[in-house]
Amino acid sequence: MEYSNLRRQTIFMKKNLFDQGFLDEQFNQLEELQDESSPNFVEEVVDLFFKDSSRLLTNIEQAIDKYPQDFYRLDSLVHQFKGSGSSIGALRVKNECSVFKAHCNDRSLEGCRRSFQKIKREHATLKQKLESYFQLLRQVGPREHAVSSRK
Amino acid sequence: MDAAAFPYGLRVLVVDDDPTWLKILEKMLRKCSYEVTTCGLARVALDILRERKSRFDIVISDVNMPDMDGFKLLEHIGLEMDLPVIMMSIDGETSRVMKGVHHGACDYLLKPVRMKELRNIWQHVYRKKMHEVKEIEGHDSFDDLQILRNDFEGLDEKSLFMISDPETMRKRKDVDRDHVDQESSDGTTVKKARVIWSVDLHQKFVNAVNQIGFDKVGPKKILDLMNIPGLTRENVASHLQKYRLYLSRLQKQNEERILGTAMQDFSHKGTSENLNLRSSFQEQPSNIANGYSHASQNIQTQSNMLDSQLEDTKSTVPLSVPDKKRSLVSDVADSQNVTSASALGGVLSFKGMPVNHDRKPSETMILECHAWSGVMPSKQFMQYPKHNHERCDLLGDYSCLPKPDLEHPVAPGNLYTPPPLISMSCSMEGDGRDFSDVKPALVDCIKSLSPALTCTVESVSVQLSDSVVTSIDGDLKFSSVDGLSSIKDCCFDQTNSQGTLRPSQEPSIIGFIGSTELASLPEDLPGYPLQGVSFENIPLSAFDFSHYNDTTMIQSGLQNNWWYDDGDLEFSSEMTDYPLIDGRLFA
Repeated sequence: MEYSNLRRQTIFMKKNLFDQGFLDEQFNQLEELQDESSPNFVEEVVDLFFKDSSRLLTNIEQAIDKYPQDFYRLDSLVHQFKGSGSSIGALRVKNECSVFKAHCNDRSLEGCRRSFQKIKREHATLKQKLESYFQLLRQVGPREHAVSSRK
Repeated sequence: MDAAAFPYGLRVLVVDDDPTWLKILEKMLRKCSYEVTTCGLARVALDILRERKSRFDIVISDVNMPDMDGFKLLEHIGLEMDLPVIMMSIDGETSRVMKGVHHGACDYLLKPVRMKELRNIWQHVYRKKMHEVKEIEGHDSFDDLQILRNDFEGLDEKSLFMISDPETMRKRKDVDRDHVDQESSDGTTVKKARVIWSVDLHQKFVNAVNQIGFDKVGPKKILDLMNIPGLTRENVASHLQKYRLYLSRLQKQNEERILGTAMQDFSHKGTSENLNLRSSFQEQPSNIANGYSHASQNIQTQSNMLDSQLEDTKSTVPLSVPDKKRSLVSDVADSQNVTSASALGGVLSFKGMPVNHDRKPSETMILECHAWSGVMPSKQFMQYPKHNHERCDLLGDYSCLPKPDLEHPVAPGNLYTPPPLISMSCSMEGDGRDFSDVKPALVDCIKSLSPALTCTVESVSVQLSDSVVTSIDGDLKFSSVDGLSSIKDCCFDQTNSQGTLRPSQEPSIIGFIGSTELASLPEDLPGYPLQGVSFENIPLSAFDFSHYNDTTMIQSGLQNNWWYDDGDLEFSSEMTDYPLIDGRLFA
């Protein structure tokens, strides 16, 4: 593909992610942190996030099964997950976590279950989209990425 | 301070359980040209800080961490290292932020943290240093100092009593720069004189507080009583405030725990004496609030109670020292000598008390071991309480410490001991082996209870039913008892507490530990591990091991299980969990 075309695509993709609320300002901050000493910083952070957050999701799932009435525990776990999501600017994920916590507050197990499914979906969607994004970026080239992605 | 260079190279320690955030923060701080160290566990962070206090200028920590509450970490750092600590959280609720400030955080950042916020963290370091400079120099900022003093004047009588008073908090922050350096650290940073609250100094502080009476205490009175040249009222006031904060938290926790603790320890022992003892101890917290003046009375009461209850059972004879907060135990950097703070007495008794790990910590520190059955196995094990992460108390949570570094004592002086009662029962199975073999191990055992804390033992009375007790070096005195009819040396005199050992009619060893001098332990411990030692809160101050040359032995061993705070302790009777604390212990 033509280089500038690729670049345009990455810009477009990123804009979409923001417009559709998948990402927030924090993602930009991450990109600004990327520099010569850590040229793949953003991707590394995102990878780290998905690895760690998958583990957290498993914990939450287990907790819902094993301790369905322990809303304090569920709230704590999701709080942790939410904090993690905030690190890369996973906006939709974060918002859904807030919904989950509200259900915990209301002691609504059913609400928690539903919310959790949504969290998982958002998490998976974001992961997929970011994977595509980084794939495209790699094609464009690291140097370009740092410059072009800045909004 | 060189403005151009100062913020650069600022040494930051970041503590966060979230690896993603840790990575991001590290990168952000590096971009600020700071020197960053990251840590995923609060306990490890504490270790790092203890190891080399002067290695860091500032600490940034998350609030929600699985292994230790961020606020507890904050308290620890404030007491032990007195470094500025910034809290972080995704939760920006006012109550949380206020809690952070209450616990001494110099700032509270909301996640996601921005670069510009991190760029400014140096101000907290600068501010602290500036206040220290002011303290020392005084001339240029004499007026400032006066203002500080005047501020404290007003705080004296009322504000300081209300730890939660926001105004107090504000002033506390302002005047909390009262450190007069009496010894420079390894000199890497520009540090003006800081008051290092050594065990000795804290002992005097606590004594003064006791003497005045907790409800009447004020920095000036304490200062006058202490009569330490160079110590300022601000120093005392700041220290007092921290102390109160610590006390109030302990008290709160103890009150919460009283209900839950309910004699679990002794329930299965079937000895009512124990239950009574326990219940009396659990009443301590309320007594604490009444002031230290009750201490001696309580001790007497308990002694009496113990008296009547003692039969020939294997009951622990705890001697409680209700004024629990008096003692400050810390590893003094200069020597192995550790002097404890005030009057904490402990009773070491060897008996057959199974460990109750469900028991929540209470005022009493019970070190339980198996009964001394008269047969000494070649190897015994130390029992370690299971560590309950959720209940780790800030100051007391040492059970998770991987390998305590005993070569580097904890920051001098800023450790507060938990409830004064120390009751240790260790079981030594043996055949009338020379007690001198046992003592060191015993003392070591006690010693090791404090993670980097040292305790002072003024006198240790050990009573053996049928063996002669020989005293060891220093102040440990052991009396031999014939037929357990009496206990000698059972009184330890402390400034505030007296206690008597109760004679036990079982072949048990009762050690009574007072405080003051550090008893020294022989270098070479006998290969006699204590079996089934479990720890609850042990007011380390009661243990004085003077001339103990090998602190590493015990400390490495039991350090992991020692928390000397109000003790969110959980104990496990699974001896197999922790076979031998540390090989060094029984070298």
